Amino acid sequence: MSELIVILLSMALINNIILVRYLGLCPFLGVSRELKPSFSMGMAVTFVMLVASLATWVINHYVLIRFNIEYMYIIVFILVIASLVQVIELFIKKTNFALYSAFGIYLPLITTNCAVLGVTIINMMENYTLLASLVSALGSGLGFTLVMAVMAGIREKLDLADAPKSMRGAPVALITATLLGLAFFGFSGIV
Amino acid sequence: MSDSRKEFVKGLITTNPVFVLLLGLCPALAVSTSIDNALGMTLATFIVLLGANIIIAAIRGFVPSITRIPIFIVIIATLVTVVNLLFNAFLPDLHRTLGIYLPLVVVNCMILGRAEAFASKNPMIRSIADALGMTVGFMIALVMISFVRQLLGTGEMSVFGFSIFTLPVLSEHPLAMFILPPGGFLVLGLLLALLRWRGVLKI
Repeated sequence: MSELIVILLSMALINNIILVRYLGLCPFLGVSRELKPSFSMGMAVTFVMLVASLATWVINHYVLIRFNIEYMYIIVFILVIASLVQVIELFIKKTNFALYSAFGIYLPLITTNCAVLGVTIINMMENYTLLASLVSALGSGLGFTLVMAVMAGIREKLDLADAPKSMRGAPVALITATLLGLAFFGFSGIV
Repeated sequence: MSDSRKEFVKGLITTNPVFVLLLGLCPALAVSTSIDNALGMTLATFIVLLGANIIIAAIRGFVPSITRIPIFIVIIATLVTVVNLLFNAFLPDLHRTLGIYLPLVVVNCMILGRAEAFASKNPMIRSIADALGMTVGFMIALVMISFVRQLLGTGEMSVFGFSIFTLPVLSEHPLAMFILPPGGFLVLGLLLALLRWRGVLKI
């Protein structure tokens, strides 16, 4: 049990997927301008990460390892994630239209989000059990949502700031990320 | 031929993948802790990008447009698998340092972006020129970032094990923050601002 809590905290805070592993930077710099869409994006990513970790764990253990074709994992994982996103999109559209509208265009964009593939590869390389994989996906997704939401909150204010012309946009966002990253270093002592 | 040259040159500054398009940031920041790693990642990206552009330019005539994205992804994923196995066999140290960022070349937006925006619409020679230009632009960006990070983070400059020079005070008290993750964001942010301020990049 304590091992699972360590994985959750480590993936969410200490090895934060955006600030420490640099995964999912495109939505981080592109989407995180307002609080609400950032939060929806984070929720959509968390959900896909959970389903993708389940699917890739099962496929990795019962197909790739059984038939000795582990080297195919890159092709298999990316196809599994791409088709999962399509299936999830269709399913949510039919069953829960409110949720579908809340996720909006972020669901299809997740296919090329390196954070999702990154988490499944980390789970595979760390040889996590199924439960540990799911916990690590949950932690990564929550960490992603947290940083997206914090960044969006900061950027809503930052747009009003009188930054030098050459610093506006991406540079000032990256420097904000530096400060956030330094703040997250404070978490490294808790495990 | 001047046409191909134009496609090559544009990748260097005007549409530099990292500085202007802000694509491929995750490998650019993750591996830029030393020049060796930056060059290793450039090599991997180069092989995949060149292969993908050649194959996609060759088959662009008979790929149905509705299924083109999955086809491109499978081509790119195959090339990344090949590079991953080659690095594991011949450059095991580099393979270990690049870690998960080597398989993650497959989701480098730069590669799918070039396949979709350029190679699927242009003949092969120009697609090769585009791949070369983008790679050199990627390399320029990675080497600039990793030069600053390695210099300030370790206090000495060495490439492939050869020590080039050592800074007097920094080598004893290096600013470790620069090789830690936040340092990558800081260096890229300041470099972008500097290049924009000097007018190298348009805002």
